[in-house]
Amino acid sequence: MDGYIHSIETFGTVDGPGIRYVVFTQGCPMRCLYCHNPDTWTPKIGNQKSVEEILNDYESYRPFLKGGGLTVTGGEPLMQLEFVTELFREAKKRNIHTCLDTSGITFNRSAQYLQKIDALLENVDLVLLDIKHIDPDRHQVLTSMPNAPILDFAHYLKEKQIPVWIRHVVIPMATDKPEYLERLGYFLGDLNNIKALDVLPYHTMGKDKYRQMHMVYPLDGVPPMSTKGTAEAKQIILSGIKKRLKDKLNKVQS
Amino acid sequence: MNQTNAWRGFVGTNWQNSIDVRDFIVHNYTLYTGDDSFLAEPTEATKKLWAEVMELTKKERAAGGVLDMDTKIVSSITSHGPGYLDKDLEKIVGFQTDKPFKRSLQPYGGIRMAENSCHAYGYEVDEEVSRIFTDYRKTHNQGVFDAYTPEMKMARKTGIITGLPDAYGRGRIIGDYRRVALYGIDRLIADKKAQLKSTEGTMEPTRIQLREELSEQIRALAELKELGNIYGFDISGPATNAQEAIQWLYFGYLAAVKEQNGAAMSLGRTSTFVDIYIQRDLEEGTLTESEAQEMIDQFVMKLRLVKFARTPEYNELFSGDPTWVTESIAGLGLDGRPMVTKTSFRYLHTLTNLGPAPEPNMTVLWSTKLPEEFKRFCAKMSIETSSIQYENDDIMRAYHGDDYAIACCVSSMKLGKEMQFFGARANLAKCLLYAINGGIDEKSKTQVGPKYRPVEGDVLKFDDVMEKFDDMMEWLAELYVNTLNIIHYMHDKYCYERVQMALHDRDVKRYFATGIAGLSVVADSLSAIKYATVKPIRDEDGIVVDFETIGDFPKYGNNDDRVDDLAVHLVSTFMEKIRKHFTYRDGIPTMSILTITSNVVYGKKTGNTPDGRRLGEPLAPGANPMHRRDTNGALASLASVAKLPFNDSQDGISNTFSIIPNALGKGERVFMGELDFDKLLEEAGE
Repeated sequence: MDGYIHSIETFGTVDGPGIRYVVFTQGCPMRCLYCHNPDTWTPKIGNQKSVEEILNDYESYRPFLKGGGLTVTGGEPLMQLEFVTELFREAKKRNIHTCLDTSGITFNRSAQYLQKIDALLENVDLVLLDIKHIDPDRHQVLTSMPNAPILDFAHYLKEKQIPVWIRHVVIPMATDKPEYLERLGYFLGDLNNIKALDVLPYHTMGKDKYRQMHMVYPLDGVPPMSTKGTAEAKQIILSGIKKRLKDKLNKVQS
Repeated sequence: MNQTNAWRGFVGTNWQNSIDVRDFIVHNYTLYTGDDSFLAEPTEATKKLWAEVMELTKKERAAGGVLDMDTKIVSSITSHGPGYLDKDLEKIVGFQTDKPFKRSLQPYGGIRMAENSCHAYGYEVDEEVSRIFTDYRKTHNQGVFDAYTPEMKMARKTGIITGLPDAYGRGRIIGDYRRVALYGIDRLIADKKAQLKSTEGTMEPTRIQLREELSEQIRALAELKELGNIYGFDISGPATNAQEAIQWLYFGYLAAVKEQNGAAMSLGRTSTFVDIYIQRDLEEGTLTESEAQEMIDQFVMKLRLVKFARTPEYNELFSGDPTWVTESIAGLGLDGRPMVTKTSFRYLHTLTNLGPAPEPNMTVLWSTKLPEEFKRFCAKMSIETSSIQYENDDIMRAYHGDDYAIACCVSSMKLGKEMQFFGARANLAKCLLYAINGGIDEKSKTQVGPKYRPVEGDVLKFDDVMEKFDDMMEWLAELYVNTLNIIHYMHDKYCYERVQMALHDRDVKRYFATGIAGLSVVADSLSAIKYATVKPIRDEDGIVVDFETIGDFPKYGNNDDRVDDLAVHLVSTFMEKIRKHFTYRDGIPTMSILTITSNVVYGKKTGNTPDGRRLGEPLAPGANPMHRRDTNGALASLASVAKLPFNDSQDGISNTFSIIPNALGKGERVFMGELDFDKLLEEAGE
């Protein structure tokens, strides 16, 4: 089976544990204002690569990837659900660690969809779940899409007890409000399958791409997030998690 | 015998009976597999000395790059009285002249180069010295130009052969400086005298040359002993403790840099050797860890202060004023033991104690079997200082055993047993353009190469270009080897490295090093011609000066065999052509792909190329893919480079690799952290 592939990064070190072979799929339904890969939005364009082709290429780097594995990101990988399912199924046959980096935006609980997603999750070792904004209205503005399917997907992963790393980008004037951060933490506190929390500072390195693509950069004027601010944001999220845990504890006790 | 005391506690016999440093090391070194927690901070004396160095460095910069130059005394091993930074604080002593930061006068490579180097910084060479080296004493440079053919001069001028050591010292020869410490000068002289005796017989030219050289070596060793005296040390016998071992060894190196302003003056592989002495002193209770580190710090400080008088053009070619004091660290022994000692750590630790610096060029001979803790330490030091070079010991060990070292950046040779004739490089990108234009230089529009039939028609055809390119490489290889033959003949005659060769065996294996520049440009150009459509654009005289390339093509650096195979083919083909020719002193031909900085200057001399590179744009350094053409990440890029055959590029393949720290993972950063729900729960309950 062929997938539409935007690009390959053979030395990925930030998208999962260890050194990883990262496949960027083409196509994404979200239109995040801060997206730094707008060239991955349009579906069904660009290079087509087969599962076999990708995994054979992976093999040529195997000695370097022994503590890492294969990560599929995008774009939005779930837009090519069947392809990614096939890719991970074959990867697991070859004993490769698999990681899915997704926003979960396509998730729904129709029987048909669940059947498909279950087939995928069977061969997923780790999900990197990117939660863009905890507030539904703000999420809609920030990404042009609702966050209900994303939060539901998070719950679904908990039900399936699939290990998850949460990613959250802190953007000045958008997601950096303590109130939002705490609410996010409170939400996460309910998810006992989370293994790591990756809080990322917003950066402006995507600007050049917009210029090259003759697009207006929507966050023009928003400064990059500082290291310090990001660390603080992480602490607030953690306090939100603790609050949730505490509430749960009290509930059990009472 | 003082030997008995000096060698107390050492085991093994071969090294005692003959000059054999490797045998000594293998029998006596102590493998260290622990971590870096034993390392000591710089002492007060070290800090004070380094502060003085920094102050002088500032002054040197303010003075335009040179603080002081000798314009009158021709540098030799014994030419200058002792020089100190701060005598009372220095544990390891010795400078090239009578004071630090004063550059010595070395006219044997070429008097014009020496004059220009001085002139560029506002100094003038003493008239008498100039006259002597112009009227009475011939230099290497003059010898070379007496013998060059018009064709060689032309190729040199247009830059199809470039960077040649015909006006400056060729360098790349590493004396086995450890011999001075282990045996003392008297024993080395006795050995050389026996060698001289062994060469009596029929006096044919090679034997006469060898006898003259051996006599020069003996004389140099006597002067080296005198250099010790100048600083108040008797180095006639072996070193008796660690401080003497480092000092004796350094005197050997110092003698070399006092006599040779070589393009690369590398140190060798000294850390594990020195460790044997440090370990013995520590065990005898005469040395503390802090004192051991102090000696290493101060030794390295001296190595950082090696300076030469050079012209601004030279500095432009090499992007600075490098001395290439390369020190090779670690690697694996032939018996399977890693050659990692505590002093391997101590050497690298100088990057922390004195701060990061490009010199000495700390080079880790990397093996997959090095101790895990040492690997971790290297990684940590690389991240903190960006100052470590890595080379593949697992590949080189098969060729050179376990007592080789790196000269310059990638040239491997067995210490005291092998040397190389440094040969700069041929510009293959220009060679391709010569092939297209029938030997006419694309920039000067003159006939430089042979007048072969140029490429005809509106579109470049792959087979046609390859055939013509092959012919042109054939011409270039022969011209190149012959040019180098002249250079090395004259260098031996007029600028012989007598003290470095005195620290070699009698019969050395000589590598005849050549090199190529522009590998990735040519590979991509050939790929463009093969997989896309390349139309030549000709000027009014019919000379191809530009190209229109239509369509995409595979680019070197993406682990794509379609183009990587072209690069491999290029390396093997050119090497095969080099091998066809006579080499001076039976030198074994080798080739390197290693322009680390000069690729910028070479690019300036190279016209538009079919891969889309514009006239004057830099070539990629060494075996690197062209900038930004490797689009599949670092591993794909490295995989392309790794396909190049070492057997056809034995003088080394270099790849310059930069990565921003954030792209190396998140490590200890604040953003990333594993979530321990149990712990959070505990905290929540409090």
